[in-house]
Amino acid sequence: MNNINEMILEFDSISENESFARVVVAAFVTRLNPTLEEISDIKTAISEAVTNCIIHAYDKKEGKIKIEARITNKDIHNNLLEIIVADKGKGIENVKQAMEPMFTTKPHEERSGMGFAFMEAFMNELKVESVVGQGTKVIMKKVLVTSD
Amino acid sequence: MNNITERIGRILIVNVPRELDHHSASIIREETELMFRGNKIKYVIFNFSETKFMDSSGIGLIMGRYNEVRLQGGSVCVTNVSTNLEKIITLSGLYKVINKYSFVNEAIEAFS
Repeated sequence: MNNINEMILEFDSISENESFARVVVAAFVTRLNPTLEEISDIKTAISEAVTNCIIHAYDKKEGKIKIEARITNKDIHNNLLEIIVADKGKGIENVKQAMEPMFTTKPHEERSGMGFAFMEAFMNELKVESVVGQGTKVIMKKVLVTSD
Repeated sequence: MNNITERIGRILIVNVPRELDHHSASIIREETELMFRGNKIKYVIFNFSETKFMDSSGIGLIMGRYNEVRLQGGSVCVTNVSTNLEKIITLSGLYKVINKYSFVNEAIEAFS
């Protein structure tokens, strides 16, 4: 079965949109009949990426967040979900350090520093591209077993 | 809607809503701060019976309360944890510092 599909979503950087974004992506993936666990993993990863845009990239100021999601056929048994969460915010100076578990620049705001660690754990692949002053792109991939 | 927080003596029960993300965590944090004020809270129970979703903001919220009560020799626990949430809490390493109980009543007994 050919499952190729693509979507692009752009929305304001406000915390109300965290749940909106993860629900949209979950709905987009639904036609692949994912397991509840896969849906939960994807929602968590999206939530982490979008929250990062809101509190770090735009530092709670105005801005746009763009999500691209793409489903392709990896092979006959697997589909590949690729998600890109992009912002035009302040960028990350040291991506390697930002990705370390427990590292946070906002401990006083009770940030756990687990955002990237969760994205890494719940998706199969995570790549972060960032340019200071221009923005950040988080690219995540997850393999979904086809049910048919 | 049920109250997010309830207090029994020095125990604060936080009835976490359906979704715990950065947005709802800031609302809950404000409410717990009000309850902490003047109430000498020593124990905090996070009741997840209604919760279907949580991300790392929830971990930050729990850690924050832990840091507040541990100075007075208090502690924090979680109850009614679903499989989804269990995965996240385990991964975060939170269980090194907090306990888990099946139900709120069990947690209240443990703290009384």
